[in-house]
Formats: sequence, C-alpha cells, structure tokens
Amino acid sequence: MRNLSDLFGRKNSASTAKERLRLVLIHDRSTLAPGAMEALRDELVEVISRHVEVDPGEVRLELTQEGRSQRLLADIPLKRRSEPVPDEY
Amino acid sequence: MSARVITITSGKGGVGKTTATANLSAALADLGYKVVCIDADIGLRNLDVVLGLENRIVYDLVDVVEGRCKLRQAMIRDKRLEELYLIPAAQTRDKNAISPKDMQRVCDELRPDFDFIIIDSPAGIERGFKNAIAPADEVIIVTNPEVSAVRDADRIIGLVEAEQKGPAKLIVNRLNDELIERGDMLAVADVLELLAVDLIGIIPEDQAVLVSTNRGAPIALEPKSRTGQAFRDVAKRLSGQEVAYAETNGTGGLFGRLSKLIRTGGS
Ligand SMILES: Nc1ncnc2c1ncn2[C@@H]1O[C@H](COP(=O)(O)OP(=O)(O)OP(=O)(O)O)[C@@H](O)[C@H]1O
Ligand SMILES: [Mg+2]
Repeated sequence: MRNLSDLFGRKNSASTAKERLRLVLIHDRSTLAPGAMEALRDELVEVISRHVEVDPGEVRLELTQEGRSQRLLADIPLKRRSEPVPDEY
Repeated sequence: MSARVITITSGKGGVGKTTATANLSAALADLGYKVVCIDADIGLRNLDVVLGLENRIVYDLVDVVEGRCKLRQAMIRDKRLEELYLIPAAQTRDKNAISPKDMQRVCDELRPDFDFIIIDSPAGIERGFKNAIAPADEVIIVTNPEVSAVRDADRIIGLVEAEQKGPAKLIVNRLNDELIERGDMLAVADVLELLAVDLIGIIPEDQAVLVSTNRGAPIALEPKSRTGQAFRDVAKRLSGQEVAYAETNGTGGLFGRLSKLIRTGGS
C-alpha cells in the first residue's frame, strides 16, 4: 500500500517490524551458538580443500527457514581448472 | 463424553489470554456444548472477574488439589449459560502450589462430564505455563500484531511442539484496521508468515472489550458486536465448522492481504 512515508523513501514501520522479526526469529529458533557459523564455515573449507580446490572467500553458509524448520545451506563454488580444456573436436 | 482439553497461552503477558478464554468458553457454551474453564494463573486470579463470577467463589483449584473440597464444590455455574462452569485460581497462593500432574488429574476427572475444558494459562514459560499445558490436547496461542508479542509467541510455539502438544493454533488479537492500512501495524498475513502456524481467529481491537470486562459480561454473548462475532467464529471453528474470516469496514489492508495469502495457497 502506497502512503506518504513511502513517497519520501522511508519504509513504513510495519515492514520494518516484519523484517526485524524475521531475522530475530531465525536467530531465536537456531540451536547453533552465535559465532558457530564462522567456525563451521572455516572447518568446512578446510575439509573440502583436502579434496578439491575452493576459494575460501566465496564460500557461503546460510540458515534458511522452511515453515518452522531450519536448514543449513552451504554454497561452495569450486575453483576453475587453471589449464585450458584440450580441444580435441 | 470425553472433553477436549484446550489450553490458551501466549508467552508475553497482557495479550488477551483471559479475555479469549472467557469469550471462547461462553461462545462454546452458547453453541450448546458443556464447557468448564479453569483459571491456571495461580496468584493472579482474573478469569472470575472477566466472567462476572467473582462473588460466588468459595473454593478454588488449590483447594481441590490439596483435598479441602470436592471438585464439584469448586465449580461455579454461570448465571447466563446453563452449561458453563468456572474453576477459579487461588489468589493467595503461588504457582508452585500445583503441579502438572495435579492438572492432569483434575482434567481427567472432568473429562467424562464435559465437551470442552478450556484452560487459561499464565504468561511466561515457567511452572504456571507447564501446569497449564500438561493436560492439553490442543493449544491455542494468543498474540498481538506487535514485535515482542510475536517473538514470544514463536518461542511458545516451539515449546509446545517440543512437548508434543503441537501444532498450535493462533489467535491474532487487537488488530487495528486503520493502523494496518497506514502501514504501522503488522497484518495477519505477516504474522502468519513469520510464525508459520495455522490461524484460528482474528479479533479486532475494540473498546467494547473493556466495557464488557467492566461489566463482567463476555462480549461473545452480544449478538450485534463484531468482536463478539469474531469470538463466536473461533468457537465454531473449534467445533469443526468452516467459517470464513469476516470482512471489516471495507478496508483492503488486513483482509485484502489475508485473502491474497489464502488465494496463493499459503496458510
Ligand atoms: N481485542 C481487544 N480489544 C481491546 N482490548 C482488549 C482486547 N483484548 C484484550 N484487551 C484488553 O487487554 C487487557 C489484557 O487482557 P487479558 O487480561 O485478557 O490478557 P492476558 O493475556 O490474560 O494477561 P495476563 O498475561 O496478565 O494474564 C485487558 O484490559 C483487556 O480488556
Ligand atoms: Mg490472564
């Protein structure tokens, strides 16, 4: 719904409340200790790097919601091969 | 007959648990069901005054549990509705005077004689809350469209699930169409999306609630009141009927967004 505060580029307070609550609830529901995400991410990078080359800066870990349950999503882009693909065709 | 035990709880205080308990109990009794409501807020007795039955209390829940009277002696019959009874809380004791097992025993004794046992839970997540949900077959969470009430409701929903009493159903109380329209109050659809639970009632903010509480006469018994109708609708939904959510005042805000949510298949 358009209203005056929207026109001035300020979000209405209900959408601010909703967005803040969304983040608070993710945190409240999580059994993951605060700060554990960082440690988990570093360890994941370490384990995966033993098998395949990854760029540590690109690894993303994220808690997502599905209804009332939570899911940990990891996005781990692999490094490209450095040598060019042989052109056999 | 074996009663369904329904506990009304919230986490945050003052969101309307006692108001909802009184009105749902009255509305269910008005539909012809045999109903007993229990005030489990030991030390902060209130359901008696909201129902207008405070002058007739002789014995209370703690007297029953401690064997000073028979269960029947602590049950006060409503003057307006033949089939509505109240078991009041003790006012001078604290929540530790009863245990979850006591609540289960009391409810088991009541079950054969009633259709519904409605329990008014105290705020918080401590002993009083545990007492109130111990005998529950179903749990209704009351919340307001406001950040701290929604946050606490989420916590309680999690605890109810952990106690295997879920899935809880939600009443959103004190909605103000004008504020929603203006973008300064969370709409029901927002609250449902955040909490991811099923809705069972939408109750408007209404000064008539204060008036009916002053009189000790539940608003659910006032045929012309739209807030009374909202409580009667919850009672019907509890009894298994499908009742559409009312359009109010023609504002697109709350109900527009809600029906949009329903149409897109969310719940
Ligand atoms: N829909 C409503 N519109 C206006 N006022 C309301 C509404 N619902 C409840 N109230 C008022 O809000 C106040 C608190 O309500 P109530 O006592 O039912 O809350 P509660 O959750 O039982 O509180 P507590 O946690 O202290 O037990 C009361 O003054 C009541 O009249
Ligand atoms: Mg209360």
